[in-house]
Amino acid sequence: MTKATLQALLSHWWRNPLQLFTLLAGLALATALWSGVQAVNAEARASYDAAAATLGEGQYDRLVRRDGQPMAQDTYITLRRAGWLVSPVVQGRLNGVRIVGVEPLTAPGGIGPVAPQEGADVARFLSGEGQLFGSSETASRLPELAFVITPEAAPGTAVTDIGVAQRLLDRQGQIDTLIVLPGQPMGQPPLADIAPDLARQPAQGGSDIARLTDSFHLNLTAFGLLSFAVGIFIVNGAIGLAFEQRRPVVRTLRALGVPLRSLVVLMVAELMFFALMAGGVGVALGYVIAALLLPDVAATLQGLYGADVSGTLQLRPVWWLSALAIALGGTAIAASGALYQLAQMPLLAAAQPRALAMAAGRRARFQGIVAFALLCVAGILMITAKGLIGGFALLATLLIGAALALPLVLDRLLAGLSRLARSVTAQWFWADTRQQLPGLSLALMALLLAMAANIGVSTMVSSFRLTFTDFLDQRLASELYVQVEDTTQLAALVDFASPRTDAILPIQSAEVTIAGQTTQVFGPRDHATYRDNWVFLETAAAAWDTTFADETILINEQLARRSGLSIGDVVQVQGRDFPIAGVYGDYGNPIGQAVIGEDIFARLFPDVIPQRFGLRMDPAAVPGFVEELENRAGIPATQSVDQARIKAISLAIFERTFTVTTALNVLTLAVAGFAILMSLLTLATMRVPQLAPAWAMGMTRRQIGRLELMRAMMLAILTAIVALPLGLALAWALLAVVNVAAFGWKLPMYLFPLDYARLGLFALLAAALAALWPARRLARTPPADLLKVFSNER
Amino acid sequence: MLLRVTDIHKTYQTADGPFAVLRGIDLTLDAGETLALTGESGSGKSTLLHLIGGLDTPDAGQIVLQDQDIATLDDTARAALRRGTVGVVFQQFNLIPSLRIADNIAFQARLAGQHDAAWIKTLTDRMGLSAQLSKYPEQLSGGQQQRVAIARTLAPKPQLVLADEPTGNLDEATAATVMDLMLELVSEAGAGLLMVTHSQALASRMSRRLHLKAGRVA
Repeated sequence: MTKATLQALLSHWWRNPLQLFTLLAGLALATALWSGVQAVNAEARASYDAAAATLGEGQYDRLVRRDGQPMAQDTYITLRRAGWLVSPVVQGRLNGVRIVGVEPLTAPGGIGPVAPQEGADVARFLSGEGQLFGSSETASRLPELAFVITPEAAPGTAVTDIGVAQRLLDRQGQIDTLIVLPGQPMGQPPLADIAPDLARQPAQGGSDIARLTDSFHLNLTAFGLLSFAVGIFIVNGAIGLAFEQRRPVVRTLRALGVPLRSLVVLMVAELMFFALMAGGVGVALGYVIAALLLPDVAATLQGLYGADVSGTLQLRPVWWLSALAIALGGTAIAASGALYQLAQMPLLAAAQPRALAMAAGRRARFQGIVAFALLCVAGILMITAKGLIGGFALLATLLIGAALALPLVLDRLLAGLSRLARSVTAQWFWADTRQQLPGLSLALMALLLAMAANIGVSTMVSSFRLTFTDFLDQRLASELYVQVEDTTQLAALVDFASPRTDAILPIQSAEVTIAGQTTQVFGPRDHATYRDNWVFLETAAAAWDTTFADETILINEQLARRSGLSIGDVVQVQGRDFPIAGVYGDYGNPIGQAVIGEDIFARLFPDVIPQRFGLRMDPAAVPGFVEELENRAGIPATQSVDQARIKAISLAIFERTFTVTTALNVLTLAVAGFAILMSLLTLATMRVPQLAPAWAMGMTRRQIGRLELMRAMMLAILTAIVALPLGLALAWALLAVVNVAAFGWKLPMYLFPLDYARLGLFALLAAALAALWPARRLARTPPADLLKVFSNER
Repeated sequence: MLLRVTDIHKTYQTADGPFAVLRGIDLTLDAGETLALTGESGSGKSTLLHLIGGLDTPDAGQIVLQDQDIATLDDTARAALRRGTVGVVFQQFNLIPSLRIADNIAFQARLAGQHDAAWIKTLTDRMGLSAQLSKYPEQLSGGQQQRVAIARTLAPKPQLVLADEPTGNLDEATAATVMDLMLELVSEAGAGLLMVTHSQALASRMSRRLHLKAGRVA
C-alpha cells in the first residue's frame, strides 16, 4: 500500500516539474542565504574564540596598568616575589601579524598552543632564535621566522616566548598584561601595596571582541533571517499550490482505502525528503555565498573592531547540520497549514478543485485582523521600544504586519482602480487582476519584504555615509598626523614643526572606566581646530571654555546613552569630579570616549606621553613638509599620514562594511524576483479556464498575453508604492532604535528619492522579466487547449 | 448473504436545520446479485451507497458485510475494507491525473496487495484500453476514463462493487457499452453489484431494483 500511495503522491511532482523546482529552489535559496550568513558568523566567532583562547581572555583575571600603558618587567618580578601567581603577556604587531609573547613555564594551560601538558618542545621554544606557533597563513607573512604550524591558532596571530616577542617587537623589558592564575596562595599582600598603579580586571566570560561585534553579527543574522523568510514565502506558495492541486487526488486515495494517517505520514516524509535534498543544495550554495562574503566581513571586522577573522571558510559540522535543521524547520512551518487543512478535509466534500480565490477569501478576514494587530503593536513599539530585542521586535511586527496586510491593501487599491475603468476590456482586466491576487499574494509579499528591506537598509547606509563623511571632515581637521616612537623623536618633531606649522596638537589618551563603561579619555590642546569643528548633540554654555579650563568634561554619545548621562551630571576620572558640559557625536566608535583639558590630563595621567600629533598647516605644504621631516628631523615618512589618506582609508573601511549588506540586499531582491516568476509560471497553467471565455468572446491570444504582462508590472508598481513607506519606517527603526541599541549612537535620517526611484525601476524590470515567459506561454496557448475548457467531457 | 442493511438512519446538518436523508432503510444483497438503487435527486441513494462503502458512518442501524458490521469500524478498518472487499465506481471517474493509465488500473489492486497481472490484462483487453496504457487520464475521452475507473475497481476482485451513476457523464451509446462491460466483468468476478442510477433502462438490466423516496424504500 505504501509503495503504491507514494507512487501516486510523487507522480504529481513528476507531472508538475516546475512546481517541484519552485519548491526545491525556494527552499535551497532560503537555506543558502540563511546558512551563508550563519557560516560567516560562525567563522568569525571561531576566530574570536581562538584569539581569546590565545590570551586567556574571559577565563582569567588580568592585571593591567590603570593608564593603559605597558608595565615594566620589574613589576612582574615584584609580584612573583610577593607570592602572586601571575604570568606575563606582551603583544604587538609585526608585518600585520599579531605577535603574542607568553611565558610557557607560568602560563596557565589552555592559553596558546604551548602548554607543557600538550607535549610542546618548551626547551626549543625558549632557546636560540625561538619558535613561533601560528597558522600556515600567518607563517607565510613572516617567512624569515621559524614557525610551528598549528591550524587551530587564531588567524593572523603568532604565539611565542615573551623574550622572543619583546625582541621582535623591540619592546625589551615591557609587559602589557599579567594573567592572574587560579588558586592564588593565602595571605598575599594586597595589590595596592605592591603595585598601586595596576588594576585587576575580572574574567569576563567571553572575549571583548566577541561582545563588541555581537551587534554586527546580530544585524547579519537579522538580514539572514529576512532572506530566509522571503525564501519560505516561496516554499509556502509552492506547497500550498501543490496541496491544493492534489486535494482531489488525496480524496480519491482515501476513497480507495488509504487511511488518512498513512497519507499524512507519507506526505510529511515526502516533504522532509525534499527539505533535506533542497537543504543540501542550500548548504552548498550557502558555502559559496559565505566564501564570497567572508573576505569583506573579515575586512569590516578588522576595520571596525580590530578583530582578526580568518578569510578562509571551514566546513564545520555544526553549521551544515543547523542549516539542514532550519531547512526542515522552514518546510515544516510552510507546510503545517496545508497539512492541517488536509487532515481536516472531509472525505465526501465536493471533489472539484477549490479555487484559490475562495480559500483566500475565507482567510482574508483573519489575516486582516492579524495584520492590524501586528501593525498596532509595531506602532506602540515605535514609541516605547528600547534595546536590541525591542528593536528587532519592532522590525518583525512591522514587516510581518505589512506583508499580511498587502493583499488586502492591493485588493482595495484594485477595487478603486476598477471603478475608474470605462472600457469593457479594462473592466475585465481589473476584475481578473483581483481574482489573480490570492494566487500571487505570497510572491508579492516576498517582493514587498525585499523592497522594503532594500529601501530601509540603503537609507540607513546612505544616511550613515553622509553623516560619517561630514564627521570625518570635522574630526580629521589637521592636515597631517605624525606618530613618534620615543622622546628623541618627540623633541625633534617639536623643534622642526614649531616654526613651520600653525599648531601642533598632541593626541594623547588613557583608558579609564567612567560610569561603569570602558572609556578612552583624551586631553587635547586648546585650539580652534576643536572649537570650530566638533559638533555637539547637547551642550552647556561655553563648553569648550570650561573644559579647557579643566573644570568640565565632554563625553561622546555612546557613553551618554549607555550610562544615561547628560549635561550637568558629574563623572569621576581618576578620582576627580567633572561635570559634563557637552555630548558629541562620535560615529563608528564602539566604545565610550571623553575629553578633558590638556593640563588636567597631564596631572591625572603623568605617565602618558603623547605619541601622535595633529599638525595644522597649509595643505599644499604637506608633501614638502613630510620630506623635510624625514631628511632634517629624522622622522621617517612612514610615520606621517596626511589627512586625505586617513579619510580615504576610513571611507574604504566604511564602504567594505556595507558591501556585505549590499550583497545580501541584491540577493534578497533576486529571490523575490524568482518568487514572482515561479508564481506566474505556476498560475499560467491554471489560467487557461479563466482566459478561455475572454478568448471566445473575441480577445486575441496576443492581447491576452500583453494584458498578463501589464498585470504583473502593475502589481509590482502597486507593491513598490506600499514598500516605500514601509521601507522608510524600517530605516527609521534601524537608525533610531536598532542602531542606538547596537552601537550606542543615533543617526540623522536622510531621504534619497532618486535611489528609491531606481529601486522601483529595478522591481518593475524584475516583474516584467518574470512575467515575460508566462505571458508568452499564454499568448501561444493552442486554440485546442482553449477549446477543451468548453468541452462537456472535462 | 453478502450484504445486509438494517434500519439505517442518516441526518445531515444544513443551513435550514437538520435534514434526515435516510429514515430506516433495509436491504439485502447476495454474492453475484445485481441491485439498482433508483429514486429522485435527494432521495438518499448516494448517501446509502457511501455508507455501505464505508465512506461515511450511519447515525443508526446496521450494515453487515460478510458478517461484519461496518458501522462499528474505525477509520483505518473502513479504509482497509475499501481497499480490498468493496470497490467504488464514481460518476466523476476520480482517476489520479499524474499516473499513467496502466498505473491507474493496477493502483487499487496494489493498494490491496492483490495484484494479479493476468486478471488486469484481461480487464484491460476487455475494456479496450490496451492501446491507451502509456497515456495520462487527461488524454482520454470521458468514456475511456470511466472504463479505466471500472477496471481499477475490479482489479482487486472485490466482493461488492458499488457504482454511483457510473454512466452519468457519458452519452447514451458509450454508456451502454460501458455498462455491458461492467455487468459482464462483475458477473465473471462473482461480485455483488449495487448501482445508483437515474436511468430506467440501466435499472432494468439489474436482477433487482430498489426505489427510494424521501429516505425510505418506496
